[in-house]
Amino acid sequence: MLALSRKTASPLARAAGRFVHNRAALFGLALLIPALLILLSYPVWLADAPNDIDLLALNGEPSWRHLFGTDGVGRDVLSRTLEGGRISLLVSVCSVALSTAVGFIVGAVSAFGGRWADAIAMRTVDLVMTLPPAIFLLVIASIAGAGIWSTVFVIALLSWPVLSRMVRARLFELRERDFVLASRGMGAGMWHLLFRHGLPNSIDILVVYATLQVANAILLEAGLSFLGLGIPPPTASWGNMLNGARSTVVLEQFPWEWLFPGGALVLAVLAINFIGDGLRDAFDPRAELGGS
Amino acid sequence: MLRYFAMRLLSGAGMLLALTLLIFILTRLTPGDPIDAYLDPNVPLSQEEVNALRTHLGLDRPLPEQYLAWLGEAARGNLGHSLQRFNETVTGLIAQRVGPTLLLMGSGIAISIILGVSTGVFTAVRRDTLPDFALSATALLGISSPAFLTALLGLYVASVRLKWAPSGGLLTPGAEFSAWDLLQHLLLPALLLSIGQAALIMRYMRASMLEVLNQDYVRTARAKGVREFQVVAKHALRNALLPVLTLIGSTIGLAIGGAIFIERVFNWPGMGLLLVSAVETRDYPVIMGATLVIGSCVIVVNILTDLSYALVDPRIKVG
Repeated sequence: MLALSRKTASPLARAAGRFVHNRAALFGLALLIPALLILLSYPVWLADAPNDIDLLALNGEPSWRHLFGTDGVGRDVLSRTLEGGRISLLVSVCSVALSTAVGFIVGAVSAFGGRWADAIAMRTVDLVMTLPPAIFLLVIASIAGAGIWSTVFVIALLSWPVLSRMVRARLFELRERDFVLASRGMGAGMWHLLFRHGLPNSIDILVVYATLQVANAILLEAGLSFLGLGIPPPTASWGNMLNGARSTVVLEQFPWEWLFPGGALVLAVLAINFIGDGLRDAFDPRAELGGS
Repeated sequence: MLRYFAMRLLSGAGMLLALTLLIFILTRLTPGDPIDAYLDPNVPLSQEEVNALRTHLGLDRPLPEQYLAWLGEAARGNLGHSLQRFNETVTGLIAQRVGPTLLLMGSGIAISIILGVSTGVFTAVRRDTLPDFALSATALLGISSPAFLTALLGLYVASVRLKWAPSGGLLTPGAEFSAWDLLQHLLLPALLLSIGQAALIMRYMRASMLEVLNQDYVRTARAKGVREFQVVAKHALRNALLPVLTLIGSTIGLAIGGAIFIERVFNWPGMGLLLVSAVETRDYPVIMGATLVIGSCVIVVNILTDLSYALVDPRIKVG
């Protein structure tokens, strides 16, 4: 046994090997890691705080003093873009953690919990997935109101059903396997089944989902803030900075005020999608191409 | 086949019912008294009259009965009054907005199918060439860029910089109605709406086409000396289109989401704009009414997609 396991690499090591040979994924990492470092360190090296006002530069063009220019009340667009990145990161990571946990538990319970639990969980999932996400998001957000934590909550509430379906499909297969039957026969409880057997066997799904969902959450947050339902000003967010471009004057005459946050948004989403696709291909080389 | 149709219709009806239940629960979660939705703000009512209306609408009865009463009113087209716009019923507001939205979404979906299928086939046939890489990269950008950003960028480039298209609205204000004017206003938003969906369709089409092109019967056709164009257009395309068909049905929801943002940016007077402005003013009866209508449409479209899929693909027999 020992000799055998030494010769063949573990599935995880093989997945890692495939990942580092994926050029797109490495490109994503090369984009994301420096971006994260810049985001997290910017208060140290950037003179302007996101809400500092420079009255000498209202709607100022990009210059050496303000690399990305300034907005209508003289706030530095560069530092607001970076702060918006931090907010995006906070909202997306928190909401993904929440929705991954909920998605896993619902999926696993509907796989292990018997016919009724399954039927109720899956019909709920069907229903949530029927409504166009944007509509559902608007309705929930209109009830929850604007703010960072309600945005996190709204995005999480919308995102778990997809994951719970994938987890359920995987664990359905697992349910009939001998080791699960044996452990049930010995009286294993739900908790044990969920976390000793379910979690290790669906970890690849969770990792891929969580990665791609970060990109999704960033888009949803920006969309909500763009409509004025997400992060309320004056807190900087890519979405509410883009909201400023709804005014024709800003759109036409001060393009730097919305082009930079827009560009940051697309780059972030692109980088994370590359990494997520790379992870998916690494875990399951047979997986077909195609969007989520 | 008939049994499959019946089952699908039945489950669709179940979904519709569940949707109304969900919306009913959401309306009860919204702040404020649900009776407000049914009061016409222009007609002052005494407390007794309000109470009479409450009894009439069943708002003093237990929740399950309230749901049934609400469902009955909704089925008869009474979704209540707008809280913010005077003299407007929710049904009336929605009825005004359905036309422009259908126009925008219909053209957007048509453009995205034409664009997506043709570029998908093209990139599959010319795989691993420069045009393939360029188009695939553009598609990736299209998927990664949110609808409102695409819309802003498109508006900025095509309308502000190049002055190719008007910057918003349904028609030129004050001008006489003409189809040409409408088309000018329609083209840019419809094109921008189609980008995200076209990118998705293209990726699926490309993958599906590549799979089909490797099949034995395609090789047989080539070996028989069928011209390459015939092989692609006839043998491969027809079979590769099938999986893409379901995708098109399932992206309708995406198109609706995109339409909200596009309508917002272009001031297109459709359902999306109605919903967004209702959300901004917390006009709950309008929000719920619009959601109900949109959700029902999506369910109906999904059923139709499944049914048409069963008709097109002879391999799908009784489900």
